[in-house]
Amino acid sequence: MTNEVDFPSWEVFTQVKPGANYVHAGAIHAADKKMALQNARDTYTRRGEGTSIWVVPSESIVASNPGDKEMLFDPSNDKIYRLPTFYTMPEGAKAI
Amino acid sequence: MTKEQALYNYCVRLGDNALVQSYRLSEWCSNAPILEEDLALTNMALDMTGRAQLLLQYAGKVAGHGKTADDMAYRRAEREYRNDLISELPDADFAFTMVRQMLVSTFECFLYAALVSSSDKEIAAIAAKAVKEARYHMAHTSEWVIRLGDGTEESNRRAQSALNILWSYTGGLFETTDADALLLSEGMAADVSQIKTKWQENIEAILREAKLILPADDYQQTGGRQGLHTEYLGHMLTEMQYLHRTYPEAIW
Repeated sequence: MTNEVDFPSWEVFTQVKPGANYVHAGAIHAADKKMALQNARDTYTRRGEGTSIWVVPSESIVASNPGDKEMLFDPSNDKIYRLPTFYTMPEGAKAI
Repeated sequence: MTKEQALYNYCVRLGDNALVQSYRLSEWCSNAPILEEDLALTNMALDMTGRAQLLLQYAGKVAGHGKTADDMAYRRAEREYRNDLISELPDADFAFTMVRQMLVSTFECFLYAALVSSSDKEIAAIAAKAVKEARYHMAHTSEWVIRLGDGTEESNRRAQSALNILWSYTGGLFETTDADALLLSEGMAADVSQIKTKWQENIEAILREAKLILPADDYQQTGGRQGLHTEYLGHMLTEMQYLHRTYPEAIW
């Protein structure tokens, strides 16, 4: 690791099984899309974790400011009627 | 030569190639240009170690002398190794590693794809696993060869000089012996003469995209099949076998 290499950062999402959500696994550095997929594969799926990988340039992620947390999320906390807790769940329905 | 002896030699050759490549790739551990490539190269080294273990273990079984994969790896001398010379050359730089692995992994893609239908069930099973690995090794390294060849003036110069050195060692991949002919007639081995054309076409396509020039010189080194190696294998084995020879029953 003697030379400083200035490759852009990519966010990695992996899918554990077909149909499942893609879950954020971490980030890697790569010069282009193909290298990004290969580096993501070598860094995050070495123990058979995945069926598919997404890589997204980190700069394409638009993130909210943690300082805006109260403004964004607190208003929903005191409105219990927004939560679907009044329904009776059928037995055995696990994925809801 | 009996069929068993021929099969033993064949497994040893494939196993030694995997072992020696694994050693060279693992030398990049903690030395690669970026962390991600460090993982990629050591991943490949681990693929090769796994393959070497299966093949050398099977060689011991075929020979019936009760030798384990460890015995085969650590207790044979340089002249008993049957790997291709191209695999043992030391890595001059990152470009050398990538060009070498691209040349060899492209060959292995075709070799193991053919061996999947070997009449020897064990070889066929090992090949089914190896061909998937080889495809990824080829994809990864050919991308790098294109990037380096069609990159900066320096990366092109390094990739071209690696290719100029390595080219005269590629002929060894296609060398055959009488034992190969015997196995071929039994449907156990792969016909490398058929692989050669496909290999050459693939390599030329990659080199064109990489803006690298195929060396015009046709001279080819030989010797790996007879156990006649370059000066580098002995040094590699000295280091690789040191622990096992010093503490023969060491386990972990």
